[in-house]
Amino acid sequence: MDNLSTPLSRVKGLGSAKDGTTHFWRQRLTALILIPLVLWFGFSVASMPVDHATLVGWIQQPAVAIGLILLILSTFYHAQLGLQIIIEDYVSTHSTRTASIIIVNFLCLLFAIIGVVAVLKISFGA
Amino acid sequence: MAEFSLPANSVVKQGKLFKAAESASNTRRFLVYRYDPSTGKNPYIDTYEVDMDSCGPMVLDGLLKIKDQIDSTLSLRRSCREGICGSCSMNIDGTNTLACTKSIAEIKGDVKVYPLPHQPVVKDLVSDLTNFYAQYASIEPWMKTDSATPPDRERLQSKQDREKLDGLYECILCACCSTACPSYWWNSDRFLGPAAILNAYRWIVDSRDEAAGERLDDLEDPFKLYRCHSIMNCAKVCPKGLNPAQAIAETKKLLVQRKM
Repeated sequence: MDNLSTPLSRVKGLGSAKDGTTHFWRQRLTALILIPLVLWFGFSVASMPVDHATLVGWIQQPAVAIGLILLILSTFYHAQLGLQIIIEDYVSTHSTRTASIIIVNFLCLLFAIIGVVAVLKISFGA
Repeated sequence: MAEFSLPANSVVKQGKLFKAAESASNTRRFLVYRYDPSTGKNPYIDTYEVDMDSCGPMVLDGLLKIKDQIDSTLSLRRSCREGICGSCSMNIDGTNTLACTKSIAEIKGDVKVYPLPHQPVVKDLVSDLTNFYAQYASIEPWMKTDSATPPDRERLQSKQDREKLDGLYECILCACCSTACPSYWWNSDRFLGPAAILNAYRWIVDSRDEAAGERLDDLEDPFKLYRCHSIMNCAKVCPKGLNPAQAIAETKKLLVQRKM
């Protein structure tokens, strides 16, 4: 082995990042809030005739628009947190790991914005 | 990226067959992982037919009979033969456990014996636990206090506080749990693993210790602690019946609590 540092020095590494609890806690909170939101969304869409006018009319109700924006934000925030965990688990090369996390974070933000803008555009009747 | 196939020099080959004496009527087959890194050869599985009429009931009895009477080149660690030293931890019948407390009769079919998963192999069933022990050392497993020791007696602990250590202090550091954990397989260079975190928690909840905050500070890290995703293999394999997954969950709970 080339590395002549002691096993303890290698294990201690750069020390604790004093981070991770916020990530862990928010992942649980978003999971919790997604349960009622996904159920509401699923049942609402399933109980509606699937045509363009009905859906647009539904989304234009303020309460529905608020619900949808909440759903979109929670979904993509939860996805970002979860995907980051998966990348940290399975991508061991530090540079690839960092790049993947940055790309995933950016894409989740982008998709969330696209979703929110779409709901706003429909609900304000463009 | 994670590797999903074995490197060519780690592929396990078929080894030799050691037949039992003709007179033996009650035999069990032991399939044992053999590897000697100094030879440059691939690992292989040797098959030993063991006469159960002259063998003790535990897997360790079988392995020692093999070593003493059939093939002295087999290497393994053992000491207390009663589940308290943690030396003979290995993968038996697909599960990490102690060879000395695993009964041969419990196992259906051939007795398959491998070293602990995902650790460097020193030889045969002896794995290199240097990293595992360093992780234990890194959690500073001793009492830390700022207040002086009472001059006339020991530090007192109520019965209720002592009970909080039950299910934690029994850990014998056999490494069955950590080496059964997929998160540990992929990231053992940074994830402390269930055994080390259970022991850290053992000191965090010790009423006599005064360094709980610093201990939590040291654990709060996306890799050291938060690689645990409650897979629960640790709790499933622990030969002492402990639940490291619960200790880790309680540690996370304390970290959340102190923020609120």
